[in-house]
Amino acid sequence: MDTKNPMVRRAYSWIDDRFHVTPLVEFMRHKYVPVHRHTVWYYMGGVSLFLFISQVVSGILLVLYYQADEDSAYESVRFLTTKVKFGWLIRGVHSWSANLMVFFVFVHMFSTFFTRAYRKPRELSWVTGFVLLALAMGFGFTGYLLPWNELAFFATKVGTDIAGAVPFIGEPMKIVLRGGEDVTGATLSRFYAIHIAILPAIFTVLLSLHLLFIQRQGMHEPQYLKRLPAEKKQMMAFFPNFLLRDVLLWLIVLNVVLALAVFFPWELGEKADPFAPAPAGIKPEWYFMFMFQSLKMLPAHVLFMEGEVLGILFFGLAGLAWMLVPFWDIKKKSGSKLDVMTGFGVIALLFIVVMTVLGYLL
Amino acid sequence: MGFYEAEKTHRVLSIVTAIAILVVFQLLMWPSSVSAEQEAELPDDQCVRCHQEMEILPEGFVPHDVHLQDGLSCAGCHGGDPTSDDEDAAMSPEAGFVGVPSKSETSAFCGKCHSDIEFMRGYLPRIPTDQIAQYATSGHGKGLAAGDVKVAGCVDCHTSHGILPASDSRSSVHALNVPHTCKRCHSDAEYMSGYGIRTDQFEKFAESVHGVALFENQDTGSPACNDCHGNHGASPPQVESIRQVCGHCHVNNMLYFNASTMAVAFKANGFHACEECHGNHGVKKTTDDMVGVGEESTCVGCHDGDAGYRAAEVIREHLRELVSAYEEAEVWRTEVHRKGMDDVEIGFLLQESHQNLIKARTLVHTFDPEKVGEMTTGGVAKARTALELAVEQVEEYDFRRRGFGLATIFITILIVALFLRIRQMEAK
Repeated sequence: MDTKNPMVRRAYSWIDDRFHVTPLVEFMRHKYVPVHRHTVWYYMGGVSLFLFISQVVSGILLVLYYQADEDSAYESVRFLTTKVKFGWLIRGVHSWSANLMVFFVFVHMFSTFFTRAYRKPRELSWVTGFVLLALAMGFGFTGYLLPWNELAFFATKVGTDIAGAVPFIGEPMKIVLRGGEDVTGATLSRFYAIHIAILPAIFTVLLSLHLLFIQRQGMHEPQYLKRLPAEKKQMMAFFPNFLLRDVLLWLIVLNVVLALAVFFPWELGEKADPFAPAPAGIKPEWYFMFMFQSLKMLPAHVLFMEGEVLGILFFGLAGLAWMLVPFWDIKKKSGSKLDVMTGFGVIALLFIVVMTVLGYLL
Repeated sequence: MGFYEAEKTHRVLSIVTAIAILVVFQLLMWPSSVSAEQEAELPDDQCVRCHQEMEILPEGFVPHDVHLQDGLSCAGCHGGDPTSDDEDAAMSPEAGFVGVPSKSETSAFCGKCHSDIEFMRGYLPRIPTDQIAQYATSGHGKGLAAGDVKVAGCVDCHTSHGILPASDSRSSVHALNVPHTCKRCHSDAEYMSGYGIRTDQFEKFAESVHGVALFENQDTGSPACNDCHGNHGASPPQVESIRQVCGHCHVNNMLYFNASTMAVAFKANGFHACEECHGNHGVKKTTDDMVGVGEESTCVGCHDGDAGYRAAEVIREHLRELVSAYEEAEVWRTEVHRKGMDDVEIGFLLQESHQNLIKARTLVHTFDPEKVGEMTTGGVAKARTALELAVEQVEEYDFRRRGFGLATIFITILIVALFLRIRQMEAK
């Protein structure tokens, strides 16, 4: 312990005697982060983590007022945003940080992909990261319904209908998700349970594993950096240098979230009416848009299959292949200019961007 | 190919495609509409068979005619033997053939069944059977009894061989079609000459608040000719009955008017109640300016400087005050809504305030400034509370922005401090 403050030294000794934390402090002291032209991407995971923490904190505050009931869900959210002091801010922060979190997780994933950080020995970091993205999208899907407004109600209907089109398991899966044949109050309480209990439990375990893997294995170094002799490598201490930079970025992101919550308050819309006709312009959350738009653009039948089923199978298989990238990774041949994996990445990224844009334009 | 040529080709192709789709659509639809016409089955008797073969079906014959569809064939009204293929035998007086009734015989001809409740109950248990009796009391019925065959009889409104229930939108007596049916005679100046009745009723009605609601909005709740004049007993409402006619829908206006001192004065002067201020066929959507002492006021037609004149002035002022308070609050509510702030409670208050305005406008028919004032005062209070809430919301909106500004300053200071700390640390 370096500090000269006797109080701090005594406190440290007290803890160390009981929990033997010195090896951990030593580990932290000798943890370094490589500095190179792609270092900026290292911060994306940290930002995602910060936004997840914002989600947890604001989510807990929302739970104090939210009522997951068909008759009072909408009213409770309206009460929260109009009558409760700073309730509007909490809801705004929760909604905006949720969207930003998914965005940064996507950025984190693609930066990991393009820098090949998923390769040995980080295969499981990639797999857990992918599952965390899927869970984040699950958070988004289940959370979208909770205010029980018109758009969310019909978007959930469409979303669960799509899930119902999955061959063999689709129909039972739809009924389990909806808690019956249709989207009702049973769906609401079910989604609420998934949103605040089931997903957080699974997410916490996987996030812990993901962080543990990263701490244990350290930051990935790009190929060209690995080849350099140790004395030519530029390194930065994780604690406190990298962590302080992380905090600096988190503060900027916090300010952005606050600005969005203040200047673009999340609309509540009209209360859902299951007997009303579906309103025009039902759209899923932006991160589902590329899949929604692709399914919309597919013809009703492709050869012997229904277009929608084919689309769902495609996304299922593509997602599986993406998750297992470290296990079928095609390495660039020396001297060759052709990098197959970069090609795959660019195609996937372009597909997502183009389909999302088309979803909002068409 | 240049851009404009390509654009033109694209446009032409789009038009051709649209026409092709329309043609295909029409072709697909055509057989179904033809078959729908053919679906109406005709009774299988000798009258129909011969008249179809000889192509001498009566004018305006419609297979959907309600009588035909209920199994009442030609012989049901005209008599004769529908089983005989011998023309002379089938249409002989011995077989009960009565032929085509004359105009003066028509009401009795239809009344054979329509005035017989025992008979009609078999078809429509709730149908009234007093049409002929009512008709005899109407202007038309009296004219016919006096030998005027130009007046309307049953078939002039209902047609003879294309009768459809009034609930059927194709019927000549459906709510939306009644004014057009009446217009056939009543807007024909030549036909109506000699009766001393104006012929501009339809034009006036079409532009009136009732006519616009009926024709443009297809609101069958809006009155057509028969709703004020009666159906079979059609006659112009009299001085005594006119407020009852309007009051049938405008109940509160009628009750307030009846209880007012004005009702007594109207009766004494032989004024036509509602019609005196609102007109009849061309009744316009009311405005607040109809009350008061302004140019559009109907009050100044009779009152000039008297107590009634002053009352009109006060009532107008009460209404103006409430309208002004309501509109000001509504502007603020729109601003609150535009800013994405909470306007729910403001909306409820304004709804109540507007309700007060509607009630105050109805209370105008009491001609009592105090009663109107009581109602408008309540409305103004609600509008002002709504306004206060709206102002609070706009202030809250500004507070949030100021709060965000302060938070940003604080966060920025932290960011700068951190940045400097990192630089200081790494400079060592």
